[in-house]
Amino acid sequence: MNESVSESVIELRNVSKAYGANTVLRNVSLQVQAGEFLTLLGPSGCGKTTILRLLAGFEKADGGEIAIGGQDMRTLPPEKRHVNTVFQSYALFPHLTVFENVAFGPRLQRVGGDALREQVMDALRMVKLEELARRKPGQLSGGQQQRVAIARAVVNRPQVLLLDEPLSALDYKLRKAMQLELKQLQRRLGITFVFVTHDQEEALSMSDRVAVMNAGCIEQLGTPRQIYEAPENLFVARFVGEINNLHGRIVAAAPPRYDIRLHDRVINLKSKWTFAEGDRVNVLIRPEDLRIWREHEGSDEERAKLFPARVEEVVYKGSTVDLIIRLDHGDLLSTTQFFNEEDLALMNLDFQVGERVFVDWVHDWETILPHED
Amino acid sequence: MRPREPFKWMAVGTIWFWLVAFALLPNLLVFVASFLQRGSDEFVAFAFTLGNYQRLLDPLYLGLLLDSFWLAAITTILCLLLGYPFAYLLTRMTPRWRPLLLLLVIIPFWTSSLVRTYAMVIVLKANGLLNQILLGLGLIDEPLELLYTEPAVILGMLYALLPFMILPLYATLEKLDHRLIEAARDLGAGQFTIFRRIIVPLTLPGIIAGSILTFLPGLGMFYVADLLGGAKALLVGNLIRDQFLSARDWPFGAAVSVMLTVLMGVLLAAYYLSSRRASRGVMP
Repeated sequence: MNESVSESVIELRNVSKAYGANTVLRNVSLQVQAGEFLTLLGPSGCGKTTILRLLAGFEKADGGEIAIGGQDMRTLPPEKRHVNTVFQSYALFPHLTVFENVAFGPRLQRVGGDALREQVMDALRMVKLEELARRKPGQLSGGQQQRVAIARAVVNRPQVLLLDEPLSALDYKLRKAMQLELKQLQRRLGITFVFVTHDQEEALSMSDRVAVMNAGCIEQLGTPRQIYEAPENLFVARFVGEINNLHGRIVAAAPPRYDIRLHDRVINLKSKWTFAEGDRVNVLIRPEDLRIWREHEGSDEERAKLFPARVEEVVYKGSTVDLIIRLDHGDLLSTTQFFNEEDLALMNLDFQVGERVFVDWVHDWETILPHED
Repeated sequence: MRPREPFKWMAVGTIWFWLVAFALLPNLLVFVASFLQRGSDEFVAFAFTLGNYQRLLDPLYLGLLLDSFWLAAITTILCLLLGYPFAYLLTRMTPRWRPLLLLLVIIPFWTSSLVRTYAMVIVLKANGLLNQILLGLGLIDEPLELLYTEPAVILGMLYALLPFMILPLYATLEKLDHRLIEAARDLGAGQFTIFRRIIVPLTLPGIIAGSILTFLPGLGMFYVADLLGGAKALLVGNLIRDQFLSARDWPFGAAVSVMLTVLMGVLLAAYYLSSRRASRGVMP
């Protein structure tokens, strides 16, 4: 193995997996660095849980190579791997106390007596459950069970911790709190986390890197910022957050800048992709990047560059006001307006349905991709 | 809801009548009779005594009781050893085969167990099926003496009682959450550890239920002891029947019955406690 490979804790090379005629992974390659928090994000059935089960050893790959810590995993059963899992259902042993659940792994490593007690109580203290060591899992709340599951896994000091949608059963507030705690725990322990979720907000807020998956392939692998701000294809753009899609055509190409016709106007924009004159493109803009001008705002000269539109829906969200607007040439856009202290006196977010508005965005905050549908 | 009321009263009333007339009253009669004395002209003489229970401690009867417990215990253990792997395999079968195998477990119930015990006689007797096969294969030179031995009785009871062990075991094994086994493997547990520390504790209610369902009938199947054991093996069931039908000592027969009932009560209480402990979410 070469230098660059030995740094990564997990190495997947051209891994494929099918259940009968149903292919769940197509030649997936992925490297996870030591101490990294990597999230597999995707809709259900995209293969993210299958990757986790391959790493844990519950499934065998049909093809490709899987190595953890430089060791080939293809023939190693789950019980021999230095990998632990936090299951979606927690899978706590109902007949054992919290203490015994956490002690299950260390006992198998022949840890006993005071050392065992210390290890287990340390793990429970870490998840703030030392008071509940003698309870049975059935006597705990969902959030507490979740913590036991985490303690039971990390007490073994695994090389890699696998987390299969561990927060999906918790309510919104608890989920938020646990996200923060998990992230802090991961930093403190320095263990590599592979986290599976279908919740994009969770993925963005917790991860060092995110792998966006769809139909058995990794669509994009990058930092949360790269994923959100520079999606590499329409699937990633649409799956991660909300995005507006305007169809355009290149009218003049001078890479990296292009004149793009959007309906009745031509705008000069930058793209890292290479296009030729006449190519169709998608111009993608996040709702919060759109700027709304009201009729009395701006000069006539400024307004000539804006897209005229009408407000179709106003959704008050507390910290923001979301508008659904229809451009005069027909496209529906969604925008998010933040309350702004300077403008508060003007009450400028007091939009009316049917109101005439004008819209533009800060150029170069958009993403331009080749056309696809 | 009004028109349904009479139906509800009739349904509940029928069940109450049935339980009182055919379960509570007979048991009460047996209970009362066990404290009475044997009558010379009547079946019982109305005079209080604890003598019937004292007689249970007589070495003659005590020995018989212990022998019978021993036979039932061996049968139960054999049922468990055979039934547990069978029930486990049953839960691992594909949905296509499972109903068929379950049917095979249940089919013997369609025939009276007395008739099936007679069938065992035909299989086991000196010129019976088993001996003929063994002779034909040249494995033995003379017929084995199988019938009227203790192993024959155990075999007969095993045959009659095995489904009562398999079905409750199957019921608990089927409910076993496979994800717990994955979790145990994930934590480093091998097959044996998973079986000992996860599967057995979680299926304990089924093990106890199956054991009760085989152990208690195992004490009372007098016809199996009669047909397959000859005069050599006697069960508690034989003792009770003999006291009522041959010896005409109803109070003593009643005392033996009460003892069995109490034993069953104790076992059921143990079962209740164990299943309560095993179930999740129950506060102590």
